[in-house]
Amino acid sequence: MNEIGDIATALCLLIGTGFVTVGAIGLVRFNDSMTRLHAPTKVGTVGIGMLLLASIIHSVTLGETSIHELLIMAFLFVTAPISAHFVAKVNIHRRACDTPPKPIRDETWATLNAPENHAEIPDTPR
Amino acid sequence: MTGFLQRLFPHPLLTVLLAIVWVLLQNEVTAGMVVFGLILGIIIPAMTAVWWPDRPSSIRLGRMFSYGLIVIWDILVANVEVAWIVLTVPNSKLKPAWIVVPLELTQPEAITVLAGTITLTPGTVSADLSTEGHSLLVHVLHTDDPDGVRDEIKTRYEGRLLEIFT
Repeated sequence: MNEIGDIATALCLLIGTGFVTVGAIGLVRFNDSMTRLHAPTKVGTVGIGMLLLASIIHSVTLGETSIHELLIMAFLFVTAPISAHFVAKVNIHRRACDTPPKPIRDETWATLNAPENHAEIPDTPR
Repeated sequence: MTGFLQRLFPHPLLTVLLAIVWVLLQNEVTAGMVVFGLILGIIIPAMTAVWWPDRPSSIRLGRMFSYGLIVIWDILVANVEVAWIVLTVPNSKLKPAWIVVPLELTQPEAITVLAGTITLTPGTVSADLSTEGHSLLVHVLHTDDPDGVRDEIKTRYEGRLLEIFT
């Protein structure tokens, strides 16, 4: 029983670190702020999920079951999209990416909907 | 009697959720912890009821559950696909694209769930909402067929969410 648990823990750790590594590679090698944003969303899902699963399996094999990790996963899944969303909005706001196409039924995107006089405020230094 | 129950549990789902989170936080299932969790689950919704005047009236839990399973499966599949893109497709051949998804969903909660789902499934990030909330801006990492991705989002996720938030 213990051996199976250890092997499962090791497997989960390997898969998890694999995905985290791929996420980090993506963060380094993409050359555009929007494509770079895609890397952390991967790390946040399967990578961390697998590491936490390894932690759960390990605690079960030790005989002191702990399922705290489910909570970490839940909070992570709820908060990760929000931070990604805000990074994307900042990119659009600073015109750091290609201009997005017009929305279909409305005038413009919420981030681009700045009052005219905002254009006169000098940009923050890049 | 029903009026009293409604005042005691203005948000029964939140009550259950808070109790479960409390027990998970304590990391041990004992009667005392469950009771304390339920007490928290009664006090917190009652204190915060003022802040959700327009919450969705009904959510189909069964469909929500199957939707969650589909999303988890999609996350797993898409992760492998995107990991493959990161490792093999060179920067010069990468075809990122903006996609405009016209929304049929109107409830803010439903749109939030859709945007979160899009971001969690790797390869797509929801970037912005239009001023009146009628379309969603999505950024795709690498695609040959932006319209196909848009249609998949609409049929696979939005259609199901429309059924969940009736």
